[in-house]
Amino acid sequence: MVSQKNIVIIGNGIAGITAARHIRKRSDHRITVISAETDHFFSRTALMYIYMGHMTYEHTKPYEDGFWEKNRIDLKRAYVSKVEPNANEVFLDTGEKLSYDELIIATGSASNRFGWPGQDLKGVQGLYSLQDLEAMEANTEGIGRAVVVGGGLIGIEMSEMLRSRNIPVTFLVRENSFWDTVLPPEESEMINRHIRSHHVDLRLKTELKEILPDGDGRVRAVLTGDNEEIPCEFVGLAVGVHPNIPFLKDAGIETDKGILVDGQLRTNVPNIYALGDCAQLREPRPERRSIEAVWYTGKMMGETVAATICGQPTDYDPGIWYNAAKFFDIEYQTYGNVSAALKPGEDSFYWESEDGLRSVRFVFESGSRAVLGVNAFGIRLRHRVCHDWIKQRTTVDAAVSELRRADFNPEFSTGFTKQVQSAFKQMKA
Amino acid sequence: MSREGFSISLASPHAPGMDGVQKSGIAVFALAVLVMLVGLLGPVARNPDLFFYLGVVGSLVGLTVYTIRTYMKRPAGVQNNHIFTSSLTNRGLWGWALGIFLTGFYVVLYWGSDDIWNGSTLVLLFDPISRGLFNQPSDRWFLYSFIYTVSILIMGVRAIIKYRHSNYQIVRTCSIMFFQLGFAFLIPQFLKSMSQPEYYFSYFWPLDYDLLFPDSVDGLLSNGSLGLWMLIVSAVLTFVATPILTYFFGKRWYCSWVCGCGGLANTAGDPFRQLSDKSIKAWKVERWMIHAVLVFIIGLTILLWVNSYLVGGIFGTFSHSMTKIYAFLIGQAFAGVVGVGFYPLLGTRVWCRFGCPMAAYLGLLQKYFSRFRITTNGGQCISCGNCSTYCEMGIDVQAYAQRGENIVRASCVGCGICSTVCPRGVLNLENGATHTDRENNSPITFGNDGVGLNTGFEG
Repeated sequence: MVSQKNIVIIGNGIAGITAARHIRKRSDHRITVISAETDHFFSRTALMYIYMGHMTYEHTKPYEDGFWEKNRIDLKRAYVSKVEPNANEVFLDTGEKLSYDELIIATGSASNRFGWPGQDLKGVQGLYSLQDLEAMEANTEGIGRAVVVGGGLIGIEMSEMLRSRNIPVTFLVRENSFWDTVLPPEESEMINRHIRSHHVDLRLKTELKEILPDGDGRVRAVLTGDNEEIPCEFVGLAVGVHPNIPFLKDAGIETDKGILVDGQLRTNVPNIYALGDCAQLREPRPERRSIEAVWYTGKMMGETVAATICGQPTDYDPGIWYNAAKFFDIEYQTYGNVSAALKPGEDSFYWESEDGLRSVRFVFESGSRAVLGVNAFGIRLRHRVCHDWIKQRTTVDAAVSELRRADFNPEFSTGFTKQVQSAFKQMKA
Repeated sequence: MSREGFSISLASPHAPGMDGVQKSGIAVFALAVLVMLVGLLGPVARNPDLFFYLGVVGSLVGLTVYTIRTYMKRPAGVQNNHIFTSSLTNRGLWGWALGIFLTGFYVVLYWGSDDIWNGSTLVLLFDPISRGLFNQPSDRWFLYSFIYTVSILIMGVRAIIKYRHSNYQIVRTCSIMFFQLGFAFLIPQFLKSMSQPEYYFSYFWPLDYDLLFPDSVDGLLSNGSLGLWMLIVSAVLTFVATPILTYFFGKRWYCSWVCGCGGLANTAGDPFRQLSDKSIKAWKVERWMIHAVLVFIIGLTILLWVNSYLVGGIFGTFSHSMTKIYAFLIGQAFAGVVGVGFYPLLGTRVWCRFGCPMAAYLGLLQKYFSRFRITTNGGQCISCGNCSTYCEMGIDVQAYAQRGENIVRASCVGCGICSTVCPRGVLNLENGATHTDRENNSPITFGNDGVGLNTGFEG
């Protein structure tokens, strides 16, 4: 029996809360979770649905409010202003201080701003926190036009949110095509078309140069790289995020872009761990980035650190990469490694439906034909089957021939497997 | 976000404007309603046909045009924008008004005296269709059947258009409309017109709770071979077909494909499905209530037969007064007044979830002996909460999905909306190879190889 430890977790997002839940499952340690954002854990991924009226904030809380007391997880609403590793203490903006035996830092991200003139004007904002959503609610009330900057997941979400209220949107994407640093050209082009079909004024290869004020310190227009002035009353900055760690300045915890952690998510201070978006792995696994700001890696890190703290030192090993998103009406799933451009020694098979709303891509090794990654658009694939193909190095030929096993679409869905299989045959012929 | 539910506008202030087609549809609807109202002042008696076609049919056509246009304006996909900012669908002013109107309608329908109904212009308004189809005068029950069926048909069209990106929803809604129109409207009304028992092939014991009571059985048998045949069909449906179909497909084959109560909930009630109570407390109440009703029905049926066998020797009229109490409390007050009247306040499946003995019976079969389950797709769940929010049965679907667990719940009616609204393709309704492989307890996120390997948890 391990003696009871006092565990403090900074951040009540998915990483911190998963850690808390799993520590509780495994032990009787005292657990305190501190958050400046909300009283209770909510799902950040659902922010857009609150704005669009699909749900209320209450619906985005995965656990009832009584859950925390029942599971003896103490919640504290405060901002941590300082961490003192030598004294094992954290200082709160309320003037209070808490001592800990083990500290878990899971403070997530903050939205990027790249020093554009006018980026602090009223009506200019990112979208990450609940407070951002409340600001967006106020900033977009009754406006005539909005500009969204940044061709990634948050940018397209913000465009969809604004369109749900019939607000005209100009969407500035610096790259040649939407999210083309991640998506191969065909998929990226499919989403370009889809964005436009939702009446978004998509401007590719267009950079933001400046945000122009009106007399009251509010945004009046943006100026693009070509010096075109686009009038607008709202600017959504969705140009990525960075680890939210300014409060750790001079704390003696090693940081780079994020908080540097070893394979067991431990910082340079032995009883301090970092998880989720704010953690940066010193040695990421092959093909993986050192910071992965995704929902499920936060979850996995929480599970991992709970094992370690509860006496079962465990390496963080997120297995085979996967992710999902939704671009307006088109769902996207990816498994394994599908890069924007094929790497040497890789081949690819791509099928797209006639209406241009669904596609499947297999990336495989040229020699062995082993599947390396799968992309699906407008089609639901079974995670376990795709995972096993990649893990067991199944050949693309075998995978395509047993594609039905991977079909996770609802009953009566228009079969895509036969079309994919016949396209595959044609490609081989 | 503080404004939710307090808007007095019928639709959300954020909703896109109406175009010409929508405006024309609403104009036709409004004019037809006006014609209907004028007719109800008296003129209906002189020319029922005119007011039925101009008023009733006209308003339905207008409404249908408006509805189809509204949903066709957006590309196919999840169309839940503004649901929680609109007063009608989030218990705002219009929601309350509609709830009170519907509840009042049921009260007057069930318990209003014949003086109000018989010969009223409202009943007379439906005479043309009643005489035209079944060659008999309209009465309040015909009026109710007609409105009920038309609600399912028109709102069924709306559901098909709204969910047109999902073939499951299209096929399922067509099935609901078919069974309502054929089995719960045309056939029973036709039988009635032929002076045969008004028999509903889509309602059987224990939903049709008095079907197996001694008096009902005697009544059916007194109709000769047709009555006997109806009785045999009912028994086979309840005791043979139901377990077999539920084993292969789950309770959905009935609750969201055939049943009229479920049919109304999934069509006319679709705008209110998000209002169901998702709390753990509601789940606890639900389990007690629904099984208590089932036990009561079985007990009462046995009691009545024992009493009938003993010619009223033991219980006298006690069992008959119990029957009356059940009919009043459960059959009318619960299933009708609360079950439908409260759609805009408590969501659509209050009756199915808390009171229906058929759902209780099907639920037990589904929970313990069925191949049906909702599967969760590995680790893709992002806990957004759409599935739980739009579950009309108040199941916290997300609680299972975020753990990578399959959903095996007695109450799930298999409407499939959780899967339809999921933005990450996580949920799927499936009939597995057996009923024993359904529960997959996976506490660790799928693919978390570090923890999976070290603890022996199955990834």
